[in-house]
Amino acid sequence: MSLSATLGNEGYPRTAGLHTAVVAQEFLFLMVESHWKSSQNGHGVKMESVNKAQDELQRIEQQIGKLKSQPALAGPESGQQQAVQQQVKELQERVSALRRHIDSQLDAWQRTELARHPQRPYLLDYIERIFTDWSEIHGDRSFADDASIICGMARFHGEDVLVLGHQKARDTKQKVYRNFGMPNPEGYRKALRAMQFANKFGRPIFTFVDTPGAYPGIGAEERGQGEAIARNLLEMSRLRVPIITTITGEGGSGGALAIAIADRVLMMENSVYSVISPEGCASIMWRDPSKRDVAAQAMRITAKDLVEMNCVDGVVQEPEGGAHRDHEAATALLSTALLAHLAELKALPLEQMLEQRYQKFRTIGQFFRVEG
Amino acid sequence: MAWFKRDSGDVDPSGEKKIRTEGLWVKCEQCRQVIWKKDIEENFHCCPKCEKHFRIDARTRLAQLLDDGAYETDDDNLVSIDPLKFVDLKPYASRLTAARRDTGLNDAIINARGKLNGRPVIVSAMEYSFIGGSMGAVVGEMIARAVERATDTRTPLIIVSASGGARMMEGVISLMQLAKISAVLARMDDAKVPYISILTDPTTGGVTASFAMLGDLNIAEPGALIGFAGPRVIEQTIRQKLPPGFQRAEFLLEHGMLDAVVHRKEIKPYIARALDFMVKAA
Repeated sequence: MSLSATLGNEGYPRTAGLHTAVVAQEFLFLMVESHWKSSQNGHGVKMESVNKAQDELQRIEQQIGKLKSQPALAGPESGQQQAVQQQVKELQERVSALRRHIDSQLDAWQRTELARHPQRPYLLDYIERIFTDWSEIHGDRSFADDASIICGMARFHGEDVLVLGHQKARDTKQKVYRNFGMPNPEGYRKALRAMQFANKFGRPIFTFVDTPGAYPGIGAEERGQGEAIARNLLEMSRLRVPIITTITGEGGSGGALAIAIADRVLMMENSVYSVISPEGCASIMWRDPSKRDVAAQAMRITAKDLVEMNCVDGVVQEPEGGAHRDHEAATALLSTALLAHLAELKALPLEQMLEQRYQKFRTIGQFFRVEG
Repeated sequence: MAWFKRDSGDVDPSGEKKIRTEGLWVKCEQCRQVIWKKDIEENFHCCPKCEKHFRIDARTRLAQLLDDGAYETDDDNLVSIDPLKFVDLKPYASRLTAARRDTGLNDAIINARGKLNGRPVIVSAMEYSFIGGSMGAVVGEMIARAVERATDTRTPLIIVSASGGARMMEGVISLMQLAKISAVLARMDDAKVPYISILTDPTTGGVTASFAMLGDLNIAEPGALIGFAGPRVIEQTIRQKLPPGFQRAEFLLEHGMLDAVVHRKEIKPYIARALDFMVKAA
């Protein structure tokens, strides 16, 4: 990548030089493209080559961006300059088309890997960018404050709302503190308490799901993990305020569902939602945890699958290559989607909204036939 | 040349001596005593020596709970369509066929209507021998319908759980059944129609995390394994041995997660008593 590296440092005062630079980027692009094509062998591609291709393409995109802001291109137009501009535009389109193509080729296991990517935005990253005036609410008022679920008051475009969801972390100490995003019963009870608080004062609720699952531990069982989840499912179905849930990363079974009974359930493009982790399914059904990719595929856990099965209401696009590559863009896309859905829900009379929520869950997952 | 010769050829296999005792005696897995099978059946399928509660199928359960063992069934024409076309080591479709053949049921539950001490009740009893009593789209829909029927007719509902949880072979569709059932239960709760949940061995996973824990009363049979995560998963996660009695009904009672642990032969009188409390005479 020495070519692109040198291009980054030096400016190109003349359009002729610019032209050369564009050609160089085009050359790099062609290399990535042909490499990508040869890495596909009919059985999908390795995550490694996906990442590598996306890295290279992102670098080329950045270089094109730099070229576009060159004074020579921004100055008074000449014929040659127009040609170069055209060339830059075309190249840019080809790069982004290839990136989208690569994204669309990901299989269920690769999406799972993206959903678990350590650089993926976590709830606090979203809160910082989408909401203002965040003030956290702690504790379930009966046992403890579970740090793997965070709840709080916030403002969304000036409106008071409740925000809650799973919180994961990036460094070891924080990961332990957040229990890897796996709540204990008190986490779910805190969430319910906060939601009933919002309900009482008529504030919309945003929940964000990103968990491997509810924590399977001795204390969790002693304190009624099952009961806590069950209670949330029942109570959320009858809260009298708009609820919007976004699956941002991993939607791990009951531990995810417990905060995902909503008027709108959205999935981010590279999130997954399943009844058991691919590893868990593989070790039970195949008696071999390494069959996780087969299990992921068989269970149909991607956003696209869930929309097709009418188990969620929509998909939120992510920036090319995935949310972990561009937190700002990912957040902006999510924020726009949330705003639109909230507006739709607020336009409905309350009873109608509640009836729609009920009917949605009453008719969800109806896959059976009637015999005789 | 033999000194003794049997005149009539082979030993006559007929007569009293032919009675085989195999299958008539069973060894209790808890107290290791050998017990005459009929004694167990007469003792509500519990060991007469140590009161170990053996697993029973849904039909036996209904016969025990309902007056004269009589009931009518509903919704028994629903059949899974294998929505994911799921194949692991064996296709789900063939597992379904085998389970339907072995149990004579279309899925892991029976929806019944009958009388309990003269009072009309609706009972949904889960069948553990049908793919581990797992809950897929059919079980979910049948429970939802039982709940709706109970709500609409203001008839008390009893659900007897015996399940390993959500049915993996129907993926996230089985997970969604938790949401569906909880939503209809919320309406039943609003309508103040009584719901008693009976947790039997075993009740785990998604069933514990939904309707089994949402009764007006949640009662369990002695010794029943009840939990959200399975014991093996917990052991692997925390990397230590689990204490004895962990996740048994008595353990849950001790931790305040159950209203009562009731011997199988006392369950019917217990429910009758509870329904007297919950239903006011018109």
